[in-house]
Amino acid sequence: MSGAARLGRGAALALFALYFALPLLSMLDFSTRAKGDAVGRTGQAWANLFQDEDLRAAIITSLLLALFTAVAMVVLLVPTMIWVRLRVPKASRLIEFLCLLPLTIPALVIVVGIANVYSWVTYLLGDSGLTLTFAYVVLVLPYAYRSIDTALSAVDVGTLAEAARSLGAGWVRVIVSVILPNIAQGVLGAAFVSVALVLGEYVFASLLHFDTLPVEIALLGKSDAKTAVAASLASLIFASVLLIGLSFLHRHRRSPS
Amino acid sequence: MTVAAASSSTDRGLAVHFQSISRLYGATRALDELELAIEPGELVALLGPSGCGKTTALRILAGLDTATSGTVLVGGRDITRVPANKRDMGMVFQAYSLFPHLTVADNVAFGLRLRGSSSTARRARAREMLELVGLGQQGSRYANELSGGQQQRVALARALAVEPTVLLLDEPLSALDAKVRVQLRDEIRRIQLEVGTTTLFVTHDQEEALAVADRVGVMNAGRLEQIAPPAELYERPASPFVAEFVGLHNKVSAVVSSGVATVLGASVPAIQGSITSGSGVAMVRPESVSVAPSETGAASVVSVGFLGPISRVHVVTDAGDTLMAQLPSSLAVGLAPQDRVEVTIAPTPVLVVAG
Repeated sequence: MSGAARLGRGAALALFALYFALPLLSMLDFSTRAKGDAVGRTGQAWANLFQDEDLRAAIITSLLLALFTAVAMVVLLVPTMIWVRLRVPKASRLIEFLCLLPLTIPALVIVVGIANVYSWVTYLLGDSGLTLTFAYVVLVLPYAYRSIDTALSAVDVGTLAEAARSLGAGWVRVIVSVILPNIAQGVLGAAFVSVALVLGEYVFASLLHFDTLPVEIALLGKSDAKTAVAASLASLIFASVLLIGLSFLHRHRRSPS
Repeated sequence: MTVAAASSSTDRGLAVHFQSISRLYGATRALDELELAIEPGELVALLGPSGCGKTTALRILAGLDTATSGTVLVGGRDITRVPANKRDMGMVFQAYSLFPHLTVADNVAFGLRLRGSSSTARRARAREMLELVGLGQQGSRYANELSGGQQQRVALARALAVEPTVLLLDEPLSALDAKVRVQLRDEIRRIQLEVGTTTLFVTHDQEEALAVADRVGVMNAGRLEQIAPPAELYERPASPFVAEFVGLHNKVSAVVSSGVATVLGASVPAIQGSITSGSGVAMVRPESVSVAPSETGAASVVSVGFLGPISRVHVVTDAGDTLMAQLPSSLAVGLAPQDRVEVTIAPTPVLVVAG
């Protein structure tokens, strides 16, 4: 690579870094600024993340939602996709269509439709924010599907399953001991993306009146902007760490033969 | 219950019997009333073009496909409805099928783990099997660190580790390059003789089938055209299809009377299955044809192909028959297109069919 090209690439990278870092640094600056016109720094906004009752509850709700959504997605989607691939490949188009459907419908439209269902859900299961899990599993389907589908395509699932069966493995054994370990990266990726999506989801939660972290941040923004910004930055950092961890995993997986 | 107990007590394996097995895919008959009996300890190769039903037959025996009708017996026991994982068979696939997340040794021990044997027993058996296939030192490696040939060896070790009732080889050499293919082919035969497991070997490569099998079954359109020891199949093909599939053939006009065919002026015995009298087409092997330079010969050379130890010479007779002769290259030296040659047919028996 010539010096000029290297310089150009470096400049572009620096520009991008600035573009991403500037708002984050501004958030950090703003959230630690002392009250009013006073000079100096304060950690009060960040301390509020743990002291403010509502905010803490919202953080816990969001983290639990992320966990439940990721687990429910894995439990539902992984066996279904493996089974479809092995036993009913004809249905794969239909499954793909169904899984990608949420992507094509605006969140607002889904919420309007789902609101009626949720009046029943809250009636039957109580009004805990965790009932959002149902809606979120649908929301993350397209992304999770892509990740798992790519992993499944990378291994010869059919032959591996047949080899395992001929050696005496039943279907459960085939899925758990042979296929799952070979698509683990994809499943993990799907889970991480689900977590990141759930932590940032606002439209569903807000319109269905559940107090999740993004909803609480928006609310706080009107009364205590600094704490709201601190919470946003914290959740951004958390999601970034997850996604960076994900790309790290991808880079370090064994290259296929 | 499985039939494992029976296999471990005998060295000679179990008999396999396909009884009028049919398999329909929609309107297509992949197998059409297939009848095939394999003796205990025997290695039978199923040979045929793609789509002839050979792989379907093997998969039905493995339990990976289901017969539309008919019965499969192993050791006299009806296993037609037994699921694949209860059949205790060992299978090697055409595609590489080692579990990528396990080491070579763990791959070989996989079936043993399912059968609940202790980890010491598993490790010992895995090592024994890897020694058998010549990979004793490779147990701790992963599949993606091995060559194609090594992977298929491990697959063979894995299939044999569970002491299978029947060993199933589904074109195990097709993905390998020529040199490894020949080497591994001979090794499969050596190992099969050593362990004595009844084996079904499916291939589309006639040389491979003839080289390893006790008997070769040639399949066409879902049926077994002929099953015989390699030499018999080669020398006495039962049908034009078999004759053409097992070796390259010249079709030369011939006249038959009382069991003797007259081909290009030579008298040659007509084998069983030939027409009994009248004119027809004789199927003459290239190695039964020889050519020699002769100014007065009744044929001329079209082309000469040099293949190392042998050469193939294409000639056209003045009567219009096109023939291929296969000769030691030393005899083909000096032949060139347009040369006049004399064509002679060796008196080996030929199949003559109605033309």
